Amino acid sequence: MPKLVFLATDLVLFLLLAGVAFYAWHATRTPTLRQTWRSVLHDATAMSAAVVLTVFLLLAVLDSVHYRPLLAPAEGAAADAAPAYSTKTLSLLDALLSGPRESREKTYSIPLGTHQFSKESMLVDGKSIRDFPRLKFGGAGLQNPQTDWAPDVISRSVTGLLGGALAAAALWWAVALIRAKSLAVPVGNSLRLIWRCQTDVPWRAILLTASVLLLIGGWIAALWPHYHVLGTDQTGNDILFNAIKSIRTAVVIGSFATLATLPFAIGFGLAAGYYKGRVDDVIQYIYTVLSSIPSVLLIAAFVLMIQVFIDKSPNLFETGLERADIRLFLLSGILGITGWAGLARLLRAETLKLTELDYVQAARAFGVSDFGIMRRHILPNVMHVVLIVAVLEFSGLVLYEAVLSYVGVGVDPSTNSFGTMINSARSELSRDPTVWWNLLAAFGFMVTFVLSMQLFASAVREAFDPRARAFRPQRKMPSQSKLAITAREQGR
Amino acid sequence: MLQIDNLTTDLDADSGMVRAVDALSLTIERGETFALVGESGCGKSMTALSILRLLPDSGRVSSGSVRIADVDVIQLPESSMRDVRGRRISIIFQEPSTSLNPVMTVGRQITEVIERHTRISGEAALAKAIEWLGRVGIPEPARRVGDYPFQLSGGQKQRVMIAIALAAEPDIVIADEPTTALDVTIQAQILDLLTELQAAQGMAILLITHDLAIVKKMAHRVAMMYAGQIVEVASVGEFFSAPLHPYAVNLFQALPDTAKRGQRLASIPGSVPPLNQIFVGCRFADRCSNVMDRCRNHPPQLIDARPQHAVRCALYDQTNANDSAASVFAAAPDLPPDSPAGEIILDVRDYRVWFPIRKGLLKRTVGHVKAVDGVTFSIRAGRTLALVGESGSGKTTVGKALLQLLRNAAEISGSVSLQGKSLAQLEGDDLREVRRVAQIVFQDPFASLNPRMRVNEILEEGVASLCPTVNARQRSDRIAAMLDRVGLRRDALTRYPHEFSGGQRQRLAIARALAVEPRLIVADEPTSALDVSVQAQILNLLKELQHELGVAFLFITHNFGVVEYLAHEIAVMKNGKLVEHGSAEQILGRPQHEYTQSLLAAVPRLNS
Repeated sequence: MPKLVFLATDLVLFLLLAGVAFYAWHATRTPTLRQTWRSVLHDATAMSAAVVLTVFLLLAVLDSVHYRPLLAPAEGAAADAAPAYSTKTLSLLDALLSGPRESREKTYSIPLGTHQFSKESMLVDGKSIRDFPRLKFGGAGLQNPQTDWAPDVISRSVTGLLGGALAAAALWWAVALIRAKSLAVPVGNSLRLIWRCQTDVPWRAILLTASVLLLIGGWIAALWPHYHVLGTDQTGNDILFNAIKSIRTAVVIGSFATLATLPFAIGFGLAAGYYKGRVDDVIQYIYTVLSSIPSVLLIAAFVLMIQVFIDKSPNLFETGLERADIRLFLLSGILGITGWAGLARLLRAETLKLTELDYVQAARAFGVSDFGIMRRHILPNVMHVVLIVAVLEFSGLVLYEAVLSYVGVGVDPSTNSFGTMINSARSELSRDPTVWWNLLAAFGFMVTFVLSMQLFASAVREAFDPRARAFRPQRKMPSQSKLAITAREQGR
Repeated sequence: MLQIDNLTTDLDADSGMVRAVDALSLTIERGETFALVGESGCGKSMTALSILRLLPDSGRVSSGSVRIADVDVIQLPESSMRDVRGRRISIIFQEPSTSLNPVMTVGRQITEVIERHTRISGEAALAKAIEWLGRVGIPEPARRVGDYPFQLSGGQKQRVMIAIALAAEPDIVIADEPTTALDVTIQAQILDLLTELQAAQGMAILLITHDLAIVKKMAHRVAMMYAGQIVEVASVGEFFSAPLHPYAVNLFQALPDTAKRGQRLASIPGSVPPLNQIFVGCRFADRCSNVMDRCRNHPPQLIDARPQHAVRCALYDQTNANDSAASVFAAAPDLPPDSPAGEIILDVRDYRVWFPIRKGLLKRTVGHVKAVDGVTFSIRAGRTLALVGESGSGKTTVGKALLQLLRNAAEISGSVSLQGKSLAQLEGDDLREVRRVAQIVFQDPFASLNPRMRVNEILEEGVASLCPTVNARQRSDRIAAMLDRVGLRRDALTRYPHEFSGGQRQRLAIARALAVEPRLIVADEPTSALDVSVQAQILNLLKELQHELGVAFLFITHNFGVVEYLAHEIAVMKNGKLVEHGSAEQILGRPQHEYTQSLLAAVPRLNS
């Protein structure tokens, strides 16, 4: 039985998931919230983005279940001796991807490469020559790489894509079948409705996105055991593996830092807008000062202090991973503490407006306490602002982490993150020939993630912001939805 | 001049396709004022926007034609439409403060129109703009032409808006509620100005309004709209002396005035049906007191019941068109006589509410806005004191300050006592105890209920806070009783405010105030956001409540019809001071103060 390890960030991430689940439950029970979220559910772009985000989130969660494997009992140890655990902490994702994780090369190699990127002196038939050595793992099964490489890659790609296509087809069919059951129409009709976008939830967009992901997944699954799909970095680590591990860091930073801003932003924003006068002045001074200090400077100072603390108290942390994790955790907290000014300013303005509204006046006339008014009458009516800003800020913070790690005040160097990948690309791009795949991988993953988040956020904003709704362009003609109804009725 | 045939406008709204204007036809002659009158949401403004082709993105004219001097503007390309707007037809909007560009001088805004539509430009255009400012009654036009809108008062802004609309000398002017945002005295001036300009220019005016008194004062002919259709068209004389459509007849009976004191107002039950449906019968059938079987399944046509008097009602589809409609409708029952006045509930002496003006880094007080400056009055149980005055006179501030809602915002002096207890020094539980006695009902029923709370939470809040001795079961009993009292069904308890119409929401607000069993209710313009038919329902409810529970009302309003109908005593406010105070008969019949007299003279009336 391995020993489960709960890192600080793991706990908070799971708490956060529980919080999201609770909110979802609450939203389904509240008619107004259900109405609003339904308009997000009916937005094709948002739902495609949600599919991508789900995959990212799933990878992050898999990477957040940590354990230390049980070591075989030492020879000659007593039968009742305490079990010994490895000093290396692994996550479920590490275990699933143990192949790529352990297939470490010596140094750079290009994506799908069979040879190292740089020449080395080798002894061939007793003579010392300088050449590109074969990789230990990448394309190791090939007898003659010059001739066998292309056919092998092509056949494996085709197999992988076929597998992905099959899985996608199965998914389409499963969704059509389930919808057919609930609508009591034949599966064929149900598929046709999905394909013609005549469903409330945009299933075609969802399924197309999922299909693309499955195709990519199938291709990777077929090739990864035999090649380094996105090449290797300076120390020979598989870059695709690094990139997948970086997802968790991005999710953790994005969500914790956003979460950490909320108490400050909500507390200060509401207080400033509600009490006005002196309280407002003080809070405004604080956030004006805060936002005029360069945040990189502030964060660098905080991070260095943390590093000193971690270095001085080695007994607190059992493994290197725990040390790195606490730095990640505190970094998110710092980002939160320094980043609340924007939201607080918005909430202050919104609260100023709300306190003048009649229902707040009515509550005052009823003698409701200040806290009661803020909790019952103001907070629920500014929550849409909080939600919109939180979702938008999430992606901003993911990008900010990359900037901080690039500058060197971000996460621990041993933690995989997009920022550290980009940081190492600094030297890679200045050498000749350039190593481009590391930066490209970080770039591709980060853009996919942040873009999905932004698209989702814009749909959320549109649903929750009543002003955005007024500017909605003309929707599709009503004849289409009528078609859907008639088609459904014909099916019956 | 303007001929509209079968104009139909559709809007793509959240609730589906809404037919805002349905087969509307009318003609307007040169020099004529044609009034389009109806309650909110009946399609008046959409008609105006359709004529100008200024509909929102989600709306379009689906069929019909709008001919201005034999040119169908619906078919015109947008580029030639721009020549029509301003030159042939122009519009005056309701809200002068938002219809002028705040960063352009008023002169520039007028010359913009002149230069666009005529050959005059440069100095000549400016001279023309100054001339127009003079014609719309702006004093010292040569000096004011360089002013920005914020330097003008509300009435002056509307004058400038009229100057802009008329600068290119259009044939037709659409006036969309031109005076709704203005005070009565300013309203009278603006209406007079429009009449004068019409006499001078000979343009046609399409006047859109909800106020029947303005129609009577201004228009030559009138069309009444209901749920997207015209239901009655007649000359003004005919319309006001012998209205035919049951809706029109009911509306006249629902208007409060002196003659109806002591009677129940005839209220029209229900509200305007949503327009996202296909109607099979008469749209008014559900609210009509004369509904017949055929109303339910035959849409009535607009027929000429009399010469020059068309009506859309099955009642007149027979041969008995000579019947006077009024005889068809029963007179409203009388209310029981008012109970005698009780003890003094509220006593206000020399009350002052001054808002400090703060300047500089340290926010020192450099002066005061004297919103309320030495006001003295009292109210007895079971009586209604109407506090009337124009906007900015401080009447709402009095109401809020009395309820101790402005303690932190303003410097307050003078004394207020509720049931003999002085309020100014009370804190905490003592204050809460007194708050039970006085409650408030606000003007805007859409802003006065928290949209994120259910009705039962909204109603419970006050009881939970002010009557801590009442346990949860008694509390829900009391709330249910209150709902019955204000005439709402009990299933309302679990719903959210947005599911109710404006009138129903105002009932909820009244129920919320009543739940703590107050002796005094401060009603701050409680009906000014409501349509006439719904206003009558609320006024009847308030009268009943006063009769049954003996509550006193401090009724803050600018609507003189309501004052005449409801008030026992009237206090007239101007610039934070009471200029006149006395019984309703005395103030309305023999006003002493000059200001009261001018105020009363400015009120447009139906029966003058």
